[in-house]
Amino acid sequence: MIAHAIFFYTFSIIAVVSAIMVTASKNTVHSVFFLILDFISISCLFIMIGAEFLGMIMLIVYVGAVAVLFLFVVMMLNVAQQKNQWFAGQQSSKHIPVGLIISTLIFVEVIIVIGGWKYKPEIFDINNSIAQTSISNTHSLGQILYTDYIHVFQISGMILLVAMVGAIVLTFRERSGVKRQSYIKQISRERAEGVEVLEVESNKGVKLDD
Amino acid sequence: MIDIGLGHYLTLGAVIFSIGVIGIFLNRKNIIVILMSIELILLAVNVNLVAFSIYLGDLAGQVFTLFILTVAAAEAAIGLAIIVVYFRNSGTIRVEEIDKLKG
Repeated sequence: MIAHAIFFYTFSIIAVVSAIMVTASKNTVHSVFFLILDFISISCLFIMIGAEFLGMIMLIVYVGAVAVLFLFVVMMLNVAQQKNQWFAGQQSSKHIPVGLIISTLIFVEVIIVIGGWKYKPEIFDINNSIAQTSISNTHSLGQILYTDYIHVFQISGMILLVAMVGAIVLTFRERSGVKRQSYIKQISRERAEGVEVLEVESNKGVKLDD
Repeated sequence: MIDIGLGHYLTLGAVIFSIGVIGIFLNRKNIIVILMSIELILLAVNVNLVAFSIYLGDLAGQVFTLFILTVAAAEAAIGLAIIVVYFRNSGTIRVEEIDKLKG
């Protein structure tokens, strides 16, 4: 139990500090690195609490895909020259009290809900997919993911497909001056426009005009 | 304090959620950091769902965390694509200078 507490506090302090650094650091690349640190510590928490599959998936999806995508975009857009002077500009100082008030309100509300939330005994009875302790977390997740939640699972696949198509369509750019292969032109070529039979007189060449 | 319970994880989720909201409001830099704050908020929701799922012994929370993960990945891809297109067209992604919609 003491080990649980030590690991929880270590990982959660790292997560909170890196979350603060994501929003506070001046360099966007540093923000992305702190975001990666945040994801990693949260996934360590997931693995520690017993949701191993989700922890590993967090590592793969967030750190491996999303954060690297962020890094790519940050480096591609060359935002380093747009160094920010937040807290310094006139306009930004107007937003700080509003943001602080709203986020503090949200935090207080959530804490009130957590504090007032009591375990109801009947809440344990309404669940229909109880985690079995005899099989592993991944095994039990797969057992209900592909049976009870199969439609939601397939809908999420469709969401990914639509997102992929959308991203490609958004960033697609037709370039001029690039030679492309045109199948319809190649197939519809006739012999008459490609080959010409000439009568060549002896000792004379043929003048080709093209 | 030593006995880690559900409340500890929920508090962690609340803290990260609030930091994400602060990040959206205070950010004057570029839109990418706002997208990262949205990712933080989704992460806090995931923490809540997983903690409830473990402590109540119901696997539905973890299944929904998977779906939130999917939607977060799709959202990041689409958002970054929009940012790239906007940067290509207008040359800036500073939050103050993006005022084409006069909002």
